[in-house]
Amino acid sequence: MNRDIQLIVIGGSAGSLQVIFKIFKYIPAEFPVPFLIVLHRNVNFESALDELLSVKSNLKVKEVEEKETIESGYIYLCPADYHVLIEKDKTFALDYSEKIHHSRPSIDVVFKSASATFHEHLVGILLSGANADGGDGLKIIKDNGGLTIVQDPDESEVSYMPHHALQKFKADFVLESGKIGRFIFDLNARA
Amino acid sequence: MEINFGDKEIDNLLNDILDIYGYDFTEYSKASLTRRLHRLYLMDKFKSFGDFSARIQTDPVYFKHAVQEISVNVTEMLRDPYFYKTVREKIIPVLATYPFIRIWHAGCATGEEVYSMAILLKEAGLLQKSLLYGTDINPVVLEKARKGIFPISQMQQYSTNYLTSGGTNDFSSYYTANYNLAKFDESLSRRMVFSTHNLVSDSSFNSFQLIFCRNVLIYFEKDLQAKVLRVFDNSLELFGFLALGSKESLRFSSIAGSYKQVDPKEKIWKKLK
Ligand SMILES: C[S@@+](CC[C@H](N)C(=O)[O-])C[C@H]1O[C@@H](n2cnc3c(N)ncnc32)[C@H](O)[C@@H]1O
Repeated sequence: MNRDIQLIVIGGSAGSLQVIFKIFKYIPAEFPVPFLIVLHRNVNFESALDELLSVKSNLKVKEVEEKETIESGYIYLCPADYHVLIEKDKTFALDYSEKIHHSRPSIDVVFKSASATFHEHLVGILLSGANADGGDGLKIIKDNGGLTIVQDPDESEVSYMPHHALQKFKADFVLESGKIGRFIFDLNARA
Repeated sequence: MEINFGDKEIDNLLNDILDIYGYDFTEYSKASLTRRLHRLYLMDKFKSFGDFSARIQTDPVYFKHAVQEISVNVTEMLRDPYFYKTVREKIIPVLATYPFIRIWHAGCATGEEVYSMAILLKEAGLLQKSLLYGTDINPVVLEKARKGIFPISQMQQYSTNYLTSGGTNDFSSYYTANYNLAKFDESLSRRMVFSTHNLVSDSSFNSFQLIFCRNVLIYFEKDLQAKVLRVFDNSLELFGFLALGSKESLRFSSIAGSYKQVDPKEKIWKKLK
């Protein structure tokens, strides 16, 4: 696989938090590609997430700020109650428009916007969840030449979201939660 | 579902809109604007970008509709309850010292933010000596704001926000329920003035002790943010307050040096020079 990956976007809902922790066990501090995580979560839960992830990963964890330039070495988290978009100059934009799939941030919104900027240089990963969000966006990532990964619905805590996505299109890889981190690590080693 | 237009087409369209109608969207955040234009294009089932662009340029009624659809008017009462708690605790006591209070809500959408503030003022016994100006670029949302009628389905959420913000009354005492609508008390709306105002092209129209502009600057590019913040600076009295949305700040603006944030968390600044 010879592609220059510039961003890895991970979308998750119910049951995805532990998977995210597992993924980041495999990612070293000097990993050259930034991550953007969009999670459905309630506001109370949110503040703890940065801290938890900071402890469990080797990268710097940061909540997305508007107009900030995306840089490697970071895991960016989408803030509660805003949609996150990406401008052509690789800066973040925030948006307070209608919820999509009852969600703000919505995974579809982030996937679509990231894909319009990064095209084949994007990896999209969709994890466990009880929501129909993410499938359309992931399909667009694939249509635009990006690489798509879906957590294996059979071992997802809540299979609805990955299952729903796989009904829409054929993802490039369907992986168990324990294999995704290693896969990303190798992907970069091969590039 | 195919979208066949991108940045170049959008730039051209925005320039044409500016020439024909005088509305300047050229310095709006492209990511958001693109998403809204794509949405409008699909919603109204256009077949080509040429048709879409021609319709916007030649049909003023359709253009109005387009402006309404591309502007994001989503809002809430007492959104970010801790923000309003800070307003109660740190701003209202200062406002109380003025003989007359003028507040500007720029980009107020359907007015929920203005009604929220009016409730806080009323509870502090200050509403009678206050005037709240609500402005927006979109006249349709202002019409709703004037009526003060909001969906009843929202009231449970608003009541929770209200209690979290430090409210101690029964939130339902502020409105009358009628089927699926809640009409807010006229004692609140009587102290409000709504009018269209375009932050991009219109200048300061009064002086205020408090200006709200929440979740509007995120739609503007940096230079436009800075320009609009200068309009606010020109409209704010010395020691007045500027309140932005929870993800907005003064960091791209030359006025930052004259302001001090009044709370470590909430996005409220005091004008010191
Ligand atoms: C997301 S709403 C924010 C509503 C409210 N302040 C809040 O935070 O809930 C953004 C509003 O800004 C208005 N707006 C956008 N461009 C504007 C402009 N150039 N001048 C005035 N208002 C504008 C939109 O019409 C919309 O009603």
